[in-house]
Amino acid sequence: MIPIQINHLKKAFAGTQAVNDISFAVHQGEIFGLIGPDGAGKTTTIRILVSLLTADAGQVLFKGRAVHKNMAFVRSQIGYMPQRFSLYQDLSVEENMHFFGDLFKVTRYEQKERMQRLFSFSNLEPFRKRRAAALSGGMKQKLALSCMLMHDPEVVVLDEPTYGVDPVSRNEFWNILKMLSEQGTSILVTTAYMDEAELCNRVGLIFKGRLLAHDEPQKLTNHFDHPLYLIDSDQSNKLYDALQQTPFAGDCHLFGEGIHLTDRQKRGMHAVRTILDEQKIDYRSIKPITPDMEDLFLELMQDAKN
Amino acid sequence: MTSNTFSVETENLTRKFGSFTAVDSVTFRVKPGEIFGFLGANGAGKTTTIRMLCGLLLPTTGDARVAGLNVYTDSEGIKQRIGYMSQKFSLYEDLTVRENVQFYGGVYGLNRRAIKTRTEELLTYLQLQDKADALTRELPLGWKQKMALSSAMLHDPPIIFLDEPTSGVDPASRRDFWLLIYQLAAEGKTVFVTTHFMDEAEYCHRLSIMRDGKIVELDSPEALKQQYNAVSMQDVFLKVVDRGAHE
Repeated sequence: MIPIQINHLKKAFAGTQAVNDISFAVHQGEIFGLIGPDGAGKTTTIRILVSLLTADAGQVLFKGRAVHKNMAFVRSQIGYMPQRFSLYQDLSVEENMHFFGDLFKVTRYEQKERMQRLFSFSNLEPFRKRRAAALSGGMKQKLALSCMLMHDPEVVVLDEPTYGVDPVSRNEFWNILKMLSEQGTSILVTTAYMDEAELCNRVGLIFKGRLLAHDEPQKLTNHFDHPLYLIDSDQSNKLYDALQQTPFAGDCHLFGEGIHLTDRQKRGMHAVRTILDEQKIDYRSIKPITPDMEDLFLELMQDAKN
Repeated sequence: MTSNTFSVETENLTRKFGSFTAVDSVTFRVKPGEIFGFLGANGAGKTTTIRMLCGLLLPTTGDARVAGLNVYTDSEGIKQRIGYMSQKFSLYEDLTVRENVQFYGGVYGLNRRAIKTRTEELLTYLQLQDKADALTRELPLGWKQKMALSSAMLHDPPIIFLDEPTSGVDPASRRDFWLLIYQLAAEGKTVFVTTHFMDEAEYCHRLSIMRDGKIVELDSPEALKQQYNAVSMQDVFLKVVDRGAHE
């Protein structure tokens, strides 16, 4: 049975089409990442999936059952970590975990065993007596995840679990998700960080209520079918400004390492270099590169606009 | 310490909370027109440092001058000479864009005429004129972010603190925002940025990385990548923090 299946889902709020004809499925044991900026429709999709909102149209199936007709089933079977997960700040790490275990009617004997297993993932054991309020941001997220796993759900849904979390803690959090999926847990996770795409088995890119593309990360970047060059200089912003006066205006994007130039006319690097020289553009080097998820997202956003 | 040549300078700046040292003898200088990135894990001391520099929290020991003013004796003066914007910016959703900007003018104690002039200047500069009479709540996040920035700059401060200004913003708006930051820096404004996007960290002229209350690295992104033999700042950051775990 496919853990999560969403077909032609639609939802509007006061005239705004928050989710506009979205379809995807999450398969057994995979990490599916729904990636896009704030306001793209990620949270609405998730809230419908976990039966907190009703859809305007479309079909949402959890383990083959329609979620709006099987609310109790969905809520008891799914592990859901909302954007602002409320831990009990005055309770300790282990008290929080017990609380969620009790809520889902897990016996204390089972809770003890599960807690040990979760501690082996989270490295929170040395802090088991510490109050949740006194944990760092990254540790709080790991505790929230642990609480949600106390009833051992086969399907886990996480809404922006790494929002505002530093790169090191993010890395750690993703390692835990990977371990879970390797043990067979099916995971749907949302994020606004494009660089987390490569940590998923499959990703869906979402913007303004529409799913722009979905596939394995490697295959997705193959959708980017123009040659792409990295132009390096001392001052990327000055180079960017200068490029606005060339035929490449609109095909350039600022990146940390320099400017990414999309060769939409497929002129080839030699021809591009000739144009840059003719226009007296000052740069250090130019080389072909493979597009990453952010290149693709920028391209798909532009397509969606046209 | 010499003043006036630097926008921000600290010397052995330290802040303790009880027995816990949140910021541990931090020394650095930032020049006018510089984009200075402030990186570190959650809890490394970034926010405490910024709060001291904004005149919101007194240091335990050490010195700091912001816009030439002493953080111990002139916190009110400092507040007038800095702009602060965070991801959790508070805008009034039921006011129009123009009303919001004007409201902040009142907060900064500008007179009626100055508020009017500065508001129009900023709306033009940020290309928000078309949206000036729209309700704030109807704006996309990228526009709200530009608006929060204009509110923080209404009193024309020479120094701007941006605390994770681009979290959750789409990739195109993020780039627009950075081009704006570059423009401000080119005009001589000093820009202090914290971010968790390591790709964005590379846009900064110089970066400091904090760990356990100390600044453990301070250099240009290029130099740091070379020093750590790393392909990206993400890589540098992980190595810096990892090194800390083994010390």
